[in-house]
Amino acid sequence: MAVFVTFLLFLGYGFDRFAIGNGEFVFPVGTLAALGVGSVSALSSYYSGDRAVLFSTGALPIDRALSAGATEDEVLKIRQLQNVVEEMSIAAGLPVPKVYVIPDPDPNAFATGRDPAHASIAVTRGLLDAVTREELQGVVAHELSHVRNLDIRLMTVIAAMVGTIALLSDWTGRGLRHTSGGSSRGRSKDKDGGALIFLVLWIVAIVLAPLVGQMLAMLVSRRREYLADASGAELTRNPLALARALEKIDAAHAPTEAVKRGTAHLCIADPMGKVIGFREGFVPDLLASHPPMANRIAALRQMGFQN
Amino acid sequence: MTPSCSESSAPSGATGWSEEDIVTWIVLGVMAALALFAVVLYNRLVGLRNQTLNGWRQIDVQLKRRHDLIPNLVNTVRGAMEFERDTLTQVMEARARAVSATGPADAARKEGELSQALGRLFAVAENYPTLRANDNVKMLQEELTSTENKVGFARQFYNDIATRFNTAQQTFPSNMFASMFGFTPSELFEITDAAERQVPAVDLSMRK
Repeated sequence: MAVFVTFLLFLGYGFDRFAIGNGEFVFPVGTLAALGVGSVSALSSYYSGDRAVLFSTGALPIDRALSAGATEDEVLKIRQLQNVVEEMSIAAGLPVPKVYVIPDPDPNAFATGRDPAHASIAVTRGLLDAVTREELQGVVAHELSHVRNLDIRLMTVIAAMVGTIALLSDWTGRGLRHTSGGSSRGRSKDKDGGALIFLVLWIVAIVLAPLVGQMLAMLVSRRREYLADASGAELTRNPLALARALEKIDAAHAPTEAVKRGTAHLCIADPMGKVIGFREGFVPDLLASHPPMANRIAALRQMGFQN
Repeated sequence: MTPSCSESSAPSGATGWSEEDIVTWIVLGVMAALALFAVVLYNRLVGLRNQTLNGWRQIDVQLKRRHDLIPNLVNTVRGAMEFERDTLTQVMEARARAVSATGPADAARKEGELSQALGRLFAVAENYPTLRANDNVKMLQEELTSTENKVGFARQFYNDIATRFNTAQQTFPSNMFASMFGFTPSELFEITDAAERQVPAVDLSMRK
């Protein structure tokens, strides 16, 4: 998080100095403008994002899922889901979130909503069919932990910063092409070694900015996954059930088609499937929204004293 | 306080800051900071106490829910379990005792007995294939399992929050205010019945 802010400040300072101020540091108009635009778009997703996400995944509120011609077995499963969510809310001391069922055969689940009072939890049909009651408790506890740790708010702030970084990079690209003559004149006027080095560093940074921004966002996301696993285990006092649920989710490696990229960081497992999220190695470590499943399961087993 | 420090190097009199004034302001500032600190600590203790009370009420709510569900369950299985009259009667009697319990310790013991009676009922019901296949029974069993879990998680939450409340009262610096404002440690929920400490499997093997 601190790295993120530093990176953003570095980009913004360079932008205001070279692209607008012709080498002199002026009032940071550019940074503030980019921050403003980035924040507005992130804020709108903060307040209405949960509805948009639930709509895009085709999630049904449980009473609608029940009335849509469910068999006795399905009624029991959905009733069980509602009960499990209520149990975990009691354990977490949170208000009971709204519960949704996503008609998708791949096991997965996610939470959304800006604070505990406006939270929703959505679970795919595939998950309900695959896991036992205890394992479902573990999954729901993981999702409720995202709600309790205010991860949705955190990821909104992150999204605003990623947006700002992308805007700065984009504007620089246009600005330099547009005013290439003017800026070269400005640079030749007063140029000492320090400023030159800074300029070079900044240009490299701005070119790589969108990629680095995304990587930092994913880094934060992966840390929050470990945290949600651990706090979920604290709620159920049963880390092994969550580990078993993760194993089952891992075994069903098909991508969750109903869930789009933007919601990935709130899901219990990367909805993109095996593409990058489950492989280990340097590149996946930098680009995945979730830590490798094997590491998460190992961490949970360690909590349950089973290595 | 910063302006008074920067003024101290200037000759006194010209700006009207004497050394006594500075000392007075520093003392006042420290006292204000201490008062603010006390207010924050006090409010935190009150917040924790209310959460602890709420946690305790939540246990009661879930126990009441269990009492309401049990007659339903017994009526549903009565027809198929005609030969298990004893087990059913035991559940109903345990429920009646739990409903009329007085005081937390008494309630804890009687609720424990009710849990045991229910456990025996479910163990015996496993012997009746028609019961296991019955959707109504499955649904009621799910509701009872959930209620048992809710009682358990409500106790867990109460113990967690009460432990935080007690720790806040016993650790420095909030312990100085806790006794001054009359905060008392909350009792944790414990298993009072020795039989409940045993492994549940032992219970089932001893069924009549």
